[in-house]
Amino acid sequence: MTKQKARYHYTLRLGDHALIQGHRLSEWCSKGPFLEEDLALTNLALDNIGRAQAFLKYAAELEGRDRTEDDLAYKRDERQFYNFLITELPIGDFSFTIAKQLLISVYEYLLFTELSKSSDETIAGISAKTLKEVKYHLTHARDWCYRLGKGTEVSHTKLQNSFNELWMYTGEMFEVYEEDECLISEGIACDASSLKPKWMEMVQTILMDSNITIPNVDYMQTGSNKGIHTEYLGHLLSEVQYLQRAYPDAKW
Amino acid sequence: MVNEIQLTKEDLFFILEGIVDPEIPVVSIREMGMLRDIILDQNSCEVIITPTYTGCPAMAIIEQDIIATLYQNGIEDVKVTTIYSPAWSTDWMTNETKEKLRQYGIAAPIHSSCSNWLKPNSLSVECPRCQSTQTKMISQFGSTACKALYQCQSCHEPFDYFKCH
Repeated sequence: MTKQKARYHYTLRLGDHALIQGHRLSEWCSKGPFLEEDLALTNLALDNIGRAQAFLKYAAELEGRDRTEDDLAYKRDERQFYNFLITELPIGDFSFTIAKQLLISVYEYLLFTELSKSSDETIAGISAKTLKEVKYHLTHARDWCYRLGKGTEVSHTKLQNSFNELWMYTGEMFEVYEEDECLISEGIACDASSLKPKWMEMVQTILMDSNITIPNVDYMQTGSNKGIHTEYLGHLLSEVQYLQRAYPDAKW
Repeated sequence: MVNEIQLTKEDLFFILEGIVDPEIPVVSIREMGMLRDIILDQNSCEVIITPTYTGCPAMAIIEQDIIATLYQNGIEDVKVTTIYSPAWSTDWMTNETKEKLRQYGIAAPIHSSCSNWLKPNSLSVECPRCQSTQTKMISQFGSTACKALYQCQSCHEPFDYFKCH
């Protein structure tokens, strides 16, 4: 694989994580537990969609096939998406979304701290911008973990179950693929495996402060980098892509 | 036939000064720091803008406003480019801009708070209506991506706080 293609793939993945995560969060619109939280979750969705737009636009440029960010979002099939599996899981109940947000936000905080120093100026620029937003996502998820974890027996049990269920999807975030190695050596990409100790430390601290036990799960699910997904992504895309599939190139 | 542009870069900055942030119509995109640069060619013009937040939905409207405003001033060949670096910051706001926000009912960002992001509740935000500092955060996420929701404990009015960014 050429370096240009590796850079395209890397950027595309960053865009895909944000796009799918953003869509899932947007599903909370009008379904939040109360008005302020409804706004919060849709604000988070907006940040993710904005980030997806920026990364996918750059990916399209790197690809050099005259595609736009919209083409990449609306006209690829399931097997051509590379988002982490954790982002495509259904929103579940509120505790499930919060647990998901926490695991992802801590990771993104560490990732974008590194990527804001990338030798690729565009990746560094979008990452520095994203980092400011992710800090808000992280404190939001953290504070809800405290409240749910130390709340009632029901909220605590729900949050604990959510972390138990999600844990096996966290391994993917720290995988390093062969194609990324040349990007890492040139300081374009970040060595994701190096983020794991710090991620674990931060997550452990927050979970402990929330009276939540770290799940005892060794098995880690994987596949997204090969375009192999859970059954949920296809259903999600059928909604995201409906308009462009039914009315190709329709414009506002 | 394409007309040659007779205006200078300073003229164009002055013209675009009239474009306001659609969510906060009391401050211009220049005052907000969203208008970054204007690159002027003989008969075309490129306007560089940066979003407050990556997903800011006002960007599309601002882009249209820029194109329409320049068109009215005889410039037809306009390109609007969005950049992300340097990342937009509330630190770019002048005291005058902050005062305009306050007058409009939005508490202005407190600069030093950026370093204390892990403790969002520790801020002492002043109520834009009664100037009381007895206020509490209702939600970190308000009516737009750039604002948090607060309530004044003295006059009991809810208000927006422009988040430090």
